[in-house]
Amino acid sequence: MKVLVTVKRVIDYNVKVRVKADKSGVDLNNVKMSMNPFCEIAVEEGIRLKEAGIATEVVAVSVGPKACQEQLRTALALGADRAIQVEAEQGLESLNVAKLLAKIVEIEAPSLVILGKQAIDTDNNQTGQMLAALTGMAQGTFASNIEINGEKALVTREVDGGLETLELAMPIIATTDLRLNEPRYASLPNIMKAKRKPLEVKTADELGVSIKEHTKIISVAPPTERKAGVKVADVAELVDKLRNEAKVI
Amino acid sequence: MSTYQHPYKEADFVIRYLLAFDEFCTAEHLDDLNSDFVKQVLSEAEKYAVNHLLDLNQYGDQHPPILAQEQVTETVGFARAYRQFVDQGWPSLSASEEYGGQGLPNLVSVACNEIWQSSNLAFSLCPLLGQGAITAIQQHGSDWLKQQFLAKLVSGKWTGTMNLTEASAGSDLAAITTRAESAGEHYKLHGQKVFITWGDHQMAENIIHLVLARLPNSPAGVKGLSLFVVPKFLLDTQGEPSIKNDLRCLSLEHKLGIHASPTCVMSYGNNEGAIGYLVGKEHSGLRYMFSMMNHARQSVGVQGLGISECAFQGALHYATSRIQGSDAAGNKLTIASYGDVRRMLMLMKSGTEAMRALCYFSALIDDQKNAAIKQHKASEEIAGFDASIGFLTPIVKGWCTELAQELVSLAMQVYGGAGYVEETGVAQHVRDARILTIYEGTTGIQALDFSIRKTLLDGGAQAEHFFSKIHQTIALLATLKGSDNLHLSLSSALDDAQNAVKWLTENPQHANSVAANYLQLWGYLMGGWLMAKSFIVAQSQLQNKASDKAYLQAKLMTCKFYTEHFLVRTKACLASISAGGDTIMSLTEQQFFSHVN
Repeated sequence: MKVLVTVKRVIDYNVKVRVKADKSGVDLNNVKMSMNPFCEIAVEEGIRLKEAGIATEVVAVSVGPKACQEQLRTALALGADRAIQVEAEQGLESLNVAKLLAKIVEIEAPSLVILGKQAIDTDNNQTGQMLAALTGMAQGTFASNIEINGEKALVTREVDGGLETLELAMPIIATTDLRLNEPRYASLPNIMKAKRKPLEVKTADELGVSIKEHTKIISVAPPTERKAGVKVADVAELVDKLRNEAKVI
Repeated sequence: MSTYQHPYKEADFVIRYLLAFDEFCTAEHLDDLNSDFVKQVLSEAEKYAVNHLLDLNQYGDQHPPILAQEQVTETVGFARAYRQFVDQGWPSLSASEEYGGQGLPNLVSVACNEIWQSSNLAFSLCPLLGQGAITAIQQHGSDWLKQQFLAKLVSGKWTGTMNLTEASAGSDLAAITTRAESAGEHYKLHGQKVFITWGDHQMAENIIHLVLARLPNSPAGVKGLSLFVVPKFLLDTQGEPSIKNDLRCLSLEHKLGIHASPTCVMSYGNNEGAIGYLVGKEHSGLRYMFSMMNHARQSVGVQGLGISECAFQGALHYATSRIQGSDAAGNKLTIASYGDVRRMLMLMKSGTEAMRALCYFSALIDDQKNAAIKQHKASEEIAGFDASIGFLTPIVKGWCTELAQELVSLAMQVYGGAGYVEETGVAQHVRDARILTIYEGTTGIQALDFSIRKTLLDGGAQAEHFFSKIHQTIALLATLKGSDNLHLSLSSALDDAQNAVKWLTENPQHANSVAANYLQLWGYLMGGWLMAKSFIVAQSQLQNKASDKAYLQAKLMTCKFYTEHFLVRTKACLASISAGGDTIMSLTEQQFFSHVN
């Protein structure tokens, strides 16, 4: 069984995010970039399936500029067998990414595609669902457990009311939630081995996908800074303020 | 709580641009290696350190190891962190591939060591000593010793220690009294060793002690010392640990800092004698120890860098968030807005950057030497690298660790009263850092080694070697636009150094008294030289429209600041050197008591 895992290069979670002066987006120039934490979980799940003897090959794929090869190398160091970079500009919208991934799925024909449920930069939570729609594959999103039984997969989902377990016919698409697993660190010998693992580059043209923008970013603004609070003298004043100023009661 | 992040851009700048590591890799046909790969390794090293070592640092300080029932139990959590360290393969980084190592350059190892040391100095000592044991056995041990011990030490399954010091034999190893006597295939040892770092713990299945001892009828003094491998557990026929050797930890020292690192008094041969195996030949122990000395001493220099970086980052966070006072318009100000706090931050920033450049620069010379050996280059070339390493070692050790005292102390100063309170963590850095100028040869020992063995003994040849390199940089700087007369400052510091060498050569009888200042002068000069080279590199990148302007412009200013505040110290050093040792030695020992007697 082949597993495809997706990897997105995003701003590192330690970096204090700054908005560009012209408000066109977040300033990504010369800031530390890392693998999206939800994608780390996806890679880990793929490797675990391989270690358990269920998967035979784990292929990592990323859509982005050349720099995202750094994150693909990390995926290889963690244990993926080979990698594919689809050359594209940074910050492509979800539908374009899903279309490119759909082509990769067509070529690679994996039994299981694992994506992060969302990326910590834009928090869209769209790509996995769109990919399922484009490929016609069954989807189990927000997975906290994935169990493969031959031609069927049991995916436990984290939903508002608790947990929901779906039985899906393979091939399937799963998106990871935080509790699915705890990702490992790359070991030094594996980082060394990763240098020799194959990394293939494809372009949108080669895949026959034309990139179309369906959304336009008008303005990006930082959250308003928290204002200093006030001290109230007694409960009466508090109630008064809640009723008349905050208008919440 | 420590907030440490690996200064990855700084490490990358030094490795990729200042030291041109990629050119080195191409020239030496290290086809798989390049700066991108090093960056990836360092990023994984940071992940490990931040997740496993950093949180244990303060905890270990407050919960030191315990000695009970003749065995030492390390701080809770350290065993898990060590297991993870081993599982990820970090102990094998620079060890030879023949014994399961990764064979990576020393430069990569030093850059990783910096990360462990910034995160948890006490922990980092354990693998560091293992590296020493590996080198000793690999370079001087018999095939049998290698086969029995190397692979397990390289993998980190077993740890290593160094046993030199005794109660009456510290800086003077000639006074060592631990005895060894031949008992057939092996030797039996009797004696007591003190200050044995990580001498006992339960994190690994076995501990391999390297012990200096004296054989019967051996020549007097240091020439009569032999080196032995003494395992905590003797090995069975399968090479696995079996019965306990006749050795144990008698007590643990109560120290100012590095609390989590167990400093043991070790007793060998309380009963029938501890079984040990001779390394190399009899009476050659000190020579073997010296072959590890450069590496061990430079590693301590890197510890000075590591702890300064961590303390600096803490102080930086504090200074940029602590609000005190306001400007004329009534806006609240952070303490970083004030000139004096800025001065301290710049001292820490420029000091750590100069140290890093020097530590990495020295590490790469080791790699150049190894590459030259591998390619069977002319012996003069190899000897040249050896001489440079020998020259730089006391500077890296003596200067970086002394400067570290100043920088961690400044970090505490930035915190003010809050820093003197243990909670903020900076107090631990100050306490931990204090050992660095003492172990692996005090600053005084480094200074003597540097002035007598490394300067006078070769007739100033290495000093000249670096003078000519600095001259080249000055010439290049002089042609550079916008270099703000940096070349004049560097040139003036170079004059000071040349005068110091001249004075020392003409007055060798004063070497002991002037050595410390002589060593520090060279430290400030070498730091200044590498900062000047960094300036040139950063400026050319800016002219080539490199995108990271914020970083590069900061680099230029930091180099300039270093010149204005650190490089000028060569003047004071030279003045004290030229004053000689007469005044220093003028009082009688009794006169020192004349104010109280």
